[in-house]
Amino acid sequence: MNCREFVEFVMEYLEGDLGDRERAVFEGHIEDCPPCLTYLDTYRETVRLGRSVCGPDDDVPADVPEELVQAILAARRQR
Amino acid sequence: MPADPKPATADAALLARLRAGDDSAYEELVRCHTGRLLAVARRFLRSEEDAHDAVQDAFVSAFRSIDGFEGQAQLSTWLHRIVVNASLMRLRRARRKPEEPIDALLPGFLENGMMERPASPWRSEGLDPSERNELRKLVLDGIGRLPESYRNVLMLRDVEDLDTQEAAEMLGISPGAVKTRLHRARQALRELLEPELREASGA
Repeated sequence: MNCREFVEFVMEYLEGDLGDRERAVFEGHIEDCPPCLTYLDTYRETVRLGRSVCGPDDDVPADVPEELVQAILAARRQR
Repeated sequence: MPADPKPATADAALLARLRAGDDSAYEELVRCHTGRLLAVARRFLRSEEDAHDAVQDAFVSAFRSIDGFEGQAQLSTWLHRIVVNASLMRLRRARRKPEEPIDALLPGFLENGMMERPASPWRSEGLDPSERNELRKLVLDGIGRLPESYRNVLMLRDVEDLDTQEAAEMLGISPGAVKTRLHRARQALRELLEPELREASGA
């Protein structure tokens, strides 16, 4: 396995979708190739950062725009 | 993903009032969920006006299907799916030109299969709150630079936390295509974040 092939399999590896043999080859490559271990770590970190973008309620607007609430309620009355 | 503001029993009581056509129940639903839904729509749509429209579309569609709501999901989860869908519909309608290919954002390899620029470790752990906020902006900016069909998959799977099947249904593509695009989108986002986060960047 070379680094290009390694990168192709990163997601399947992290999701546990690789078979035993593929996983062994994948993990064998990590042992021989520090940059690919770093790639795996930073890919995992990328996923974690994506998930943290909508942190618990931190971007929920404190003031709900009243005109939006009224427009929604008016749309219901028009049905 | 969004934590429910109310326990399921409160949901059931509200649902019964909604189904009975109680006006005050509708107002309660709208006031309770609009802020959260607006935050979701803003993640997908750049203009505030579009985000408002998507939230309104979502509520109108929810009102129409309230009788079909099965009550197994929480109301907030159900509304979250609906506003994601409404946001995607708006994006689809606004699409004008064919998107750029993602290839330029993917990692490059030498002929022997090694990385052109070997990955280096990141310093994204243990940041203080202001740095975390900065990082959040970087991530959002990076996601915004992905071609739309990749951005949408990454948004649904990694940001909005839908599963592969749900994302596939919403986007009208196969689960296999969701996986392929997600992997490419993550690779591209990793490349975009690397120059900002690598330890050796001296920050």
